Amino acid sequence: MSVLEVKDLLISFNQYTSGLKQQQLNVISNLTITLEKGEILAVVGASGSGKSLLAHAILGILPSNANVSGTLRYDGEVLTPAKQASLRGSEIALIPQSVNYLDPLMRVGNQVRTSARVENPVTAQRKVFERLHLHENVEKMYPFQLSGGMARRTLLSTAIVSGAKVIIADEPTPGLDPVVIKEAMESFRELADSGCAVMLITHDIVSALSIADKIAVFYAGTTVEIAPVENFAGDGEALRHPYSKALWRALPQNDFIPIPGAQPHPGDLPPGCLFAPRCPLATPECDRGQPEMRTLRDGMVRCIHAT
Amino acid sequence: MRKNAGVKIGSFILMKCIRMLTLLFAICLISFLLIKNSPIDPVQAYIGADMLKVGPEQRERIAEYWGLDQPVIVQFLNWGSALLKGDLGTSMIFRRPVSEIIGERFVNSVVLMLTAWVLSGVIGFVMGVVSAMKKDTWIDRIIKLYCYTLASTPTFWMGLLMLIVFAVWLGWFPIGLGVPAGVLAEDVTIADRLQHLILPALTLSVLGVANVALHTREKLIDVLASDYVMFARARGEKGFLLFWRHGLRNIALPAITLQFAAFSELFGGAVLAEQVFSYPGLGQATVEAGLRGDVPLLLGLVLFSTIFVFAGNLIADIIYYVVDPRTRESRTI
Ligand code: SF4
Repeated sequence: MSVLEVKDLLISFNQYTSGLKQQQLNVISNLTITLEKGEILAVVGASGSGKSLLAHAILGILPSNANVSGTLRYDGEVLTPAKQASLRGSEIALIPQSVNYLDPLMRVGNQVRTSARVENPVTAQRKVFERLHLHENVEKMYPFQLSGGMARRTLLSTAIVSGAKVIIADEPTPGLDPVVIKEAMESFRELADSGCAVMLITHDIVSALSIADKIAVFYAGTTVEIAPVENFAGDGEALRHPYSKALWRALPQNDFIPIPGAQPHPGDLPPGCLFAPRCPLATPECDRGQPEMRTLRDGMVRCIHAT
Repeated sequence: MRKNAGVKIGSFILMKCIRMLTLLFAICLISFLLIKNSPIDPVQAYIGADMLKVGPEQRERIAEYWGLDQPVIVQFLNWGSALLKGDLGTSMIFRRPVSEIIGERFVNSVVLMLTAWVLSGVIGFVMGVVSAMKKDTWIDRIIKLYCYTLASTPTFWMGLLMLIVFAVWLGWFPIGLGVPAGVLAEDVTIADRLQHLILPALTLSVLGVANVALHTREKLIDVLASDYVMFARARGEKGFLLFWRHGLRNIALPAITLQFAAFSELFGGAVLAEQVFSYPGLGQATVEAGLRGDVPLLLGLVLFSTIFVFAGNLIADIIYYVVDPRTRESRTI
């Protein structure tokens, strides 16, 4: 059974346009994914496509003006706000993007200790720091004194000391050098191998491919394909959705062909398939409503013409 | 590294002091010239009501005795060198050395200002915190309304209102002065003094909270919307613990520095409040010195208040420098 199940998630914000007219912005819609024990699911997509909100929705820490619908389940149990509050930090842990997520006026050792759900937080924190090769001095430092790599490992240690079973890493690699990225990725693999379920939200497909088991391709607020990592090979012929194929081919080590056009703005979504305006395979049927997610081979796809 | 930080703070304070000295010099020069060019005739101010009995010859002799016939720059230098020796001159109204009067009045004022300063700081801070934590509820609206109204209320008006309500109508407090009238100085008790202190202090505090409260509210709202508070919530922290761990830490420092930097407003407020309550403090002395042309006293007070306000700002800067780890500890340990 899946540890975490997200079904038909919809996140919208009310936006005031000209005058007092309200417009509903669907930042995430029809999003369905599942997370298994010991597995890494990478949610990949362009930056600024609302991927972080997915993490916040699972934890129940969206801003109060967000409207959420859909079902979330943890261990088969429906996640209510109260349930989310009790699981936050103990069962489900977030690894945020950057050092800005640490309190600037608190020593990092203390911040890691407050995440620990064990009897002796100090030893727990020291153990994790040692395991992640963080020097003992680091616990006495303030966030502004950390290097990029140190900050990364500190944020990671907050998740490890919490003993959470589900770990959601939100853009863990921006602005880091390749060595640190590799190290971060390996630590996620270790976490998964020790039985955690890891959700890796990132725009860095290449790094994600190096460790993930499954890839969920995120486009304009929804998942268009969920594929085993092995499908990302060759010309992308094993991939199902035109966007995934294009994304794969746009990588520098492949053909490096950019996808023409841009992602639609949440206030201005196409009526049918969200990818239709940029899709080379689009037909008039594609504009007749958003395609359902369907199972195809050993993955899932949201495209009526996918084979 | 520690030593290095010490040197850094040392040079920081030194720089501030040099600035203070240049500022003081400028203030001395400007206020001296202003008074020189004002319609106050020092001889007349000195003689006062006896003016009619003094002939023009005698007046000239006084002017000569005081060096008033010399060029302005020489007069300034004379005054300046006396000042450097610690001689502020003699007050014409009180016929006593200026430094003595300032010292005496300062003791009265400092009690008043300190009380108002602590009260307004603490109450304002708490109001700001409550307002931010309960943002957009009725309590936040009331606090905001209160602060905006008070921020635009003149001190003297508030003082008069307090007097009318608490001293005249209710009769709870004396109407003015620092001690009861008609009682020998040695018979005045601490309780008497306290009773005379409460209304002016209250007036100043009631007005003083607005600034701190609004500032703290803004700051805390920012902090609560920050990434690190979001992450703290993601780790299961909430409610008072969250505020205690991450909120207080990040808003206390700006609030304290703001409070020190507000010394100038405190002094300005005290001048008005003391006048309304006839409270014998520095503020009242300033008004009298100005109105009655007591030049030495006025200049002394100007210098003193400059130092006072500057000290407040200096303390604010030093606190920021010393307490905030981002400036205190250098990047490499
Ligand atoms: S449904 Fe049509 S437009 Fe959408 S991806 Fe498939 S082929 Fe392209």
